[in-house]
Amino acid sequence: MLEFRNVSYTVEGNIDILKDVSFTINERFVAVTGPNGSGKSTIAKLIAGIITPTSGQIFFNGEDITDMSITDRSKAGISYAFQQPVRFKGITVRDLISLAAGKDVTKSQVCQYLSAVGLCANDYINREVNASLSGGELKRIEIAMTMARGTQLTVFDEPEAGIDLWSFNNLIKVFEEMHEKNNGSIIIISHQEKILNIADKILVIADGKVTSEGKKDEILPGLLNSSYNCKFFKGGN
Amino acid sequence: MEFTTEDLLEQITGIRAFPEDGAYNFRLDSQGAGRKVTENIDIVTKTDRSGIDIYIKADTKKETVHIPVIISQSGLQETVFNDFYIGDNADVTIMAGCGIHNCGNGTSAHSGIHTFYVGKNAHVKYIEKHYGETESSGKNVMNPTTVVYIADGGYMEMDTVQIKGVDDTTRKTTATLADNATLVVYEKIMTHNDQQAKTEFVVELNGENSGTHVVSRSVAKDNSYQLFLSNVKGNNKCSGHTECDAIVMDNAKVSAIPEISANHIDASLIHEAAIGKIAGEQLTKLMTLGLTEKEAEEQIINGFLK
Repeated sequence: MLEFRNVSYTVEGNIDILKDVSFTINERFVAVTGPNGSGKSTIAKLIAGIITPTSGQIFFNGEDITDMSITDRSKAGISYAFQQPVRFKGITVRDLISLAAGKDVTKSQVCQYLSAVGLCANDYINREVNASLSGGELKRIEIAMTMARGTQLTVFDEPEAGIDLWSFNNLIKVFEEMHEKNNGSIIIISHQEKILNIADKILVIADGKVTSEGKKDEILPGLLNSSYNCKFFKGGN
Repeated sequence: MEFTTEDLLEQITGIRAFPEDGAYNFRLDSQGAGRKVTENIDIVTKTDRSGIDIYIKADTKKETVHIPVIISQSGLQETVFNDFYIGDNADVTIMAGCGIHNCGNGTSAHSGIHTFYVGKNAHVKYIEKHYGETESSGKNVMNPTTVVYIADGGYMEMDTVQIKGVDDTTRKTTATLADNATLVVYEKIMTHNDQQAKTEFVVELNGENSGTHVVSRSVAKDNSYQLFLSNVKGNNKCSGHTECDAIVMDNAKVSAIPEISANHIDASLIHEAAIGKIAGEQLTKLMTLGLTEKEAEEQIINGFLK
């Protein structure tokens, strides 16, 4: 479904964020993990088309989408839930969910999406997606939007962050329902063991490279035993 | 361009025909084109100058008054004085608005000078929409002046919108508030092409526990220019808040000059002003939902000015 072929991404100052990264994703749930600053969010942005690779190619269902716009990728079936959701003055939750669905949605449909992420529709449907909403509320609305989109591929960038009061089980249930409905792949960037635990495949990114990739049974034990230590600081000396 | 009075009426009032209940006065090309009064609301033509007096009896509840103005003759220019006398304890909605269809090369202009006397504990919602359209090179000018006096415990909300097509406007609002009186203003202005809009608010918070919120949202596109001026004066124990939030696009320019003056130790006043282009991340978010950049821009502006 999704393939990164020798993708590198370099920013100003000749800093390599991703270095010759290749992987293929066809599984139901794929977790992308690794230390802060390893390049995980860069992968998400490259998939959505918000940034384009310095070199290498990205394929979606066999088609080279490397130079495709954000809009066209979205229409081709890629969704992206932001790590830090965006606020809009004057645009309501219902407006955003309608835009995500590509049509006007009924109140009962909005209610379905919102209740799946633990929000009461009556309280939120006509709320503006502005500074009056907390980070956790925005995060849930962001997830509800991807449900409304119902695309083949969805990328979540740290979906669990800021939604402490809402159980992980519900979040996982949302992923399962999305898969059931869309029969596609869900890529989840996360540090949470509970989320890594449901993954069919885990990609570990460190220092801009894929350092390991495989089923959770192969990857998780190694991950849990290691800590992301500073390569310069060995401790004690 | 096909033009009908009903279309223009709908643009500025949201209705194509006047409601059965409620009062109205319809002014078309400087002539009276329909009037209805009710038991509680009387409308009288002024004898000394152009305009009407609207009398709303004390204790009138949940009634509406429509007073739209339409100009369809290119080059027609008028100044109209409308005075509103709102009785104590009344609760009414007043819908004004001006639509200009300019089919020629002349400058069409409407200057509406509205004075409101809001009685004790009365509650008034005032809605005003301005819209212009031009077939040729004719300009559309609207200069509304609104003067508000709110008596003890009175409340007035002004919801004013300049939708589009107004080449030049100077909007002046002055208000004087007595004890426990409240004024809330939501103003929305969109300018495009080479249009200019100047809006000015002066609110005198004279009464104890009086309060005001003056909130302006504006979008300036193309080569247009907007100036926002507000001065909230706290002359007693009171609270005041003025806010200007503007999106600037293309080569447009916006200036915001909010002023607050505390003339009393218990006056609590806040001003805020923010001007900027559409945030890139907002466009990106909507594009990830499948909108083009242009569609995303429209959604953001429509929401902002909603």
